[in-house]
Amino acid sequence: MPDFSIFTDYFPIYMKGFGNTIVASIIALIGSFVLGTIIAVFRISSVKLLNWIGTAFVEFIRNIPLLLVVFVFFYGLPSVGVTLSGFVCGTVGLTVYTASFIAEAIRAGIMSVPRGQTEAAQATGLTYIQTMRYVVLPQAVKIVIPPLSNQFLNLVKNSSVLGVFAGFDLMYFGDQIASETYATFDTYVIVALLYLVLTLPLSYMALRLERKLAQTG
Amino acid sequence: MDILHAFSPDNIRFIFEGFYMTLKVALISIVLSFVVGCIAGTIRYTRLPVISPILGVLVELLRNLPLLLIIFFARFALPDVGIKLGVVNSAIVALTLFEGAMIAEIVRSGLNSIDKGQIEAARSSGLSYMQTLWHIVLPQGLRRMVPPLVSQFISLLKDTSLAVVISLGELMHHAKIVIGQSYSYTIPILLLVAVLYFLVNYALSLAARRLETRLV
Repeated sequence: MPDFSIFTDYFPIYMKGFGNTIVASIIALIGSFVLGTIIAVFRISSVKLLNWIGTAFVEFIRNIPLLLVVFVFFYGLPSVGVTLSGFVCGTVGLTVYTASFIAEAIRAGIMSVPRGQTEAAQATGLTYIQTMRYVVLPQAVKIVIPPLSNQFLNLVKNSSVLGVFAGFDLMYFGDQIASETYATFDTYVIVALLYLVLTLPLSYMALRLERKLAQTG
Repeated sequence: MDILHAFSPDNIRFIFEGFYMTLKVALISIVLSFVVGCIAGTIRYTRLPVISPILGVLVELLRNLPLLLIIFFARFALPDVGIKLGVVNSAIVALTLFEGAMIAEIVRSGLNSIDKGQIEAARSSGLSYMQTLWHIVLPQGLRRMVPPLVSQFISLLKDTSLAVVISLGELMHHAKIVIGQSYSYTIPILLLVAVLYFLVNYALSLAARRLETRLV
């Protein structure tokens, strides 16, 4: 049974970390969605150069660890004269990393709409933007939402990487409390419960969305 | 030239020692988590009373926690309850539990994707439940699981880098030590490390794509 005085005594510190984890996740969520969408558009673009940039970004980032991406910002940037805090490096690294997965999910969604529909829409006189807006995207969204919600769940879990770079998130403060009190087991159980408060509802929502969208077809 | 210093024979050897540790820990964890995941996923699929729900809760808990926390837990919290593991074993245990839970879900949904009619047909032609599972459901299910399994293995290989927090002597840890020698080493060394991770993972994903087209 966890010793709850470890929780009550350090409550404000846990909450500070919990808050920072949420803030970092939300920033990275918005950032990676925007960046991921841009990269996805690059990847389906007919302009060779953009296509190449999009593919290179996705294939490279997806195949290296998140930790390494954050390392580049945390240790690489200072060597060229730019020093950012662990929180900023962690959040930016998380954004770039997650964007590569989101770009693939969005691309797969758009590609899943048969080409014939795009051709038909353009044959009836719709512009490219109109075709996207009224024909392709509404259908793609249904396919994209389940993988996206899974990516956001991963993002919240991955935000714990901030702890490695003194990013003042839940993992970081949990680790601090554990080494200060020596009550390692209890502290990590509390940190685990706090993460579950965030991830379990997200994961339930992801499952619900997946089932609902599978039914409507 | 800084790059020449960064890539001195000693540094290169040290980086590759780390790379070897990454590959070793990843390979052992892949094998163990595959075994654990297959067993847990199949038990969840069969809906045994008591065992399946308990496993379900365990799998969901592990899947929804950050791996970093599980690594910390295996290394620093388990000794509190009398389980002492070395650094390498802590990393392997944490990776096996977390990735095993992920694989259990892949296995379960792979098995679930097999048409119920096939199971009914097999059962009514006289096969026992275990025979149906072994000869009908598993072979087809496994084939559908290959693509998600391979991406999970790639995740696992990348995730070994998180063991840097318990000072496992793997690639990221060794890179960090080399970078510590001089600021000017940072970018060349990080690039080398990125290329190493990329080569292994990209090769894995290419192999998976080829396997996919052959199986379908």
